[in-house]
Amino acid sequence: MFYRVSGQFKTSYESDMALFPIRQDAVLLGVILLAMYVVFPLFASEFTFKALLVPVMIYSLAAMGLNILTGFAGQLSLGTAGFMGVGAYACYKLTTIFPEMNVVVALLLSGCFSAMVGVAFGLPSLRIKGFYLAIATLASQFFLVWLFEKWAWLYNYNASGAIEVRTMDFFGLVVTGPTAAPVTQYYFVLVIVSLITFCMINLTRGRYGRLWKAVRDMDIAAELVGINLMRAKLSAFAVSSYVVGVAGAMLVFFWKGAAEPNLFDIPLSFQVLFIAIIGGLGSILGNFLGAILIVALPVLLNFVPGLIGVEVNSATLEHVNVMVVGALIVGFLIAEPHGLARLWALIREKLIIWPFPH
Amino acid sequence: MDALYLMFVDPFVQMADAPDFFLQVLWEGLVSGVLYALIALGFVLIFKSSRIFNFAQGIMVVFAALTLVGLYEMGLPAWVSVGVTLLVMYGLAMCVERVVLRPLVGQPDIILFMASIGVTMFLIGFGEFVFGGENKVMITEALGIPTGAIELNPFDGFVLIEEKDLTAVIMAVLLVLGLLLFLNKTAMGRAIRALGDDPQAALSVGISLSQIWVLVWFIAGVIALATGIVWGARAGVSFALEVIAYKALPVLMLGGLESVAGAIIGGIAIGLLEKIFEIYWGQPLLGGNTETWFAFILALVVLLFRPQGLFGERIIERV
Repeated sequence: MFYRVSGQFKTSYESDMALFPIRQDAVLLGVILLAMYVVFPLFASEFTFKALLVPVMIYSLAAMGLNILTGFAGQLSLGTAGFMGVGAYACYKLTTIFPEMNVVVALLLSGCFSAMVGVAFGLPSLRIKGFYLAIATLASQFFLVWLFEKWAWLYNYNASGAIEVRTMDFFGLVVTGPTAAPVTQYYFVLVIVSLITFCMINLTRGRYGRLWKAVRDMDIAAELVGINLMRAKLSAFAVSSYVVGVAGAMLVFFWKGAAEPNLFDIPLSFQVLFIAIIGGLGSILGNFLGAILIVALPVLLNFVPGLIGVEVNSATLEHVNVMVVGALIVGFLIAEPHGLARLWALIREKLIIWPFPH
Repeated sequence: MDALYLMFVDPFVQMADAPDFFLQVLWEGLVSGVLYALIALGFVLIFKSSRIFNFAQGIMVVFAALTLVGLYEMGLPAWVSVGVTLLVMYGLAMCVERVVLRPLVGQPDIILFMASIGVTMFLIGFGEFVFGGENKVMITEALGIPTGAIELNPFDGFVLIEEKDLTAVIMAVLLVLGLLLFLNKTAMGRAIRALGDDPQAALSVGISLSQIWVLVWFIAGVIALATGIVWGARAGVSFALEVIAYKALPVLMLGGLESVAGAIIGGIAIGLLEKIFEIYWGQPLLGGNTETWFAFILALVVLLFRPQGLFGERIIERV
């Protein structure tokens, strides 16, 4: 009923391969974007921005970066947080070395640094595969976090060893630092995430996306049909680390405001990996669905005891939270191993043929 | 030149100057290496029999140790607590098999890997919920583990060997010997190896997948308890113990994911080398704390030359 496709005829290959082959998809996306750009900023409270909307956006972006590598190119990585850290520290250094640099330019440039580091740590992927590669990426994770701690130049010899974001403006509008309004930061994050998402959707639909998918499905076969494995794998590492790096820089600049090296420790890597897997490997939409579940769920769980009128102290609540998230991960994996994106695809198919069962 | 001297000459001069200190470093490295090997062994067993990369092994160590201490604090005698903890680990193995593994049979490796991380998070939350998040002291005396120290005087020097470390090493050796006997000489052990070699052939000759999985997870639980006791005696029982689980990962890379011998040799090699590197290169030149990443980089370099690890099964790929 809502997804009636009758009357939408495809007369050319291009229209069949279009981004939105069904008109309702475009309408739905329009509604969501309208909500994100207009409705939420009008009604959301400061807490909603800080605890829900901005984190969900940033985590979605990080998961999207990981998904390029793991979901599209098939290289399992456990070092995401390290690359996020490279992005954050690069952005911090850029804005301190060139104080007059525009914050958005710095943000987008910092991704290039994490892309370079990503390519360097991606080189072993040419020889190592599967779980061995996953553990090899952990090497980057531990090494980079150690570097953030020990290399004092990175945090400008700060006594605290942490990086703190100073107040910066974007053509007169304060966007970072403690005085920035959450709604401005939200808009910045939203615009950058929308932009990168748009690029990634088209990148994965294009030539490189097909290269990556061929390598993912079987790299030897891909090599035999003439795909340059080195170029395919390293480009996946570069693009993935770029996106992840930008997400890391935004995490510090538009959300946390300050960061210690241990922020980029391994739990963050796993959280991003969870989002990518629960959302669905090899899908762009999945990252957003996964981030909503993994980031928003713990925040919402905090309200449950209050709703049913039980007093629980915060430590217990936190423990139960971890437990519930763990159980949910297992539950979701059992219910739908291909992730929430597949779930949505199934629902959409049902809607198209509704009210008929087949 | 100075930097080159500090890098390539000075460490060896120091080693030759103070051989007793070098021996002490070697001993410390050996002890931690043995413990890494124990954890890696738990990984290898589960990977061999079910192709699951079990990330929860590290948290099982913490969970077992917490349960033991928690039960003792509730007033049970020490050895009874050990027995009850073993029962708990058996129950855990059954639950994991029934709730997590059985519905996920045949899923891609990465899904099972994620599921084991889910189990890890659940156990962290559950352990903190039941026993509290604060640090605990391992019940070393109650279990009859000696806590004194032996002094040795080689090269007119001074080497201190703690008896609990000695106990740890002896216990690990016994455990490994027992495990090797079990895997090679008993019908159950052979069944585990058969399942690892070819699951479908093993199923067709009547080996029960679910029984073996419960058994393997239980053995991994026993290893976890042993590791928890000896590591807890060294460093206290807390969730920080979990980080040693990460140390088992480069051990696995170095030794190969399927090899019991690889886990042991890799564990000891990494324990020794990372300690030596930290003392002679890490602290003077790099600002210390290199133990967090040295093992990974070492394993990475080895993997570049042998992609299946030192003792892993040769990877044969067909299109």
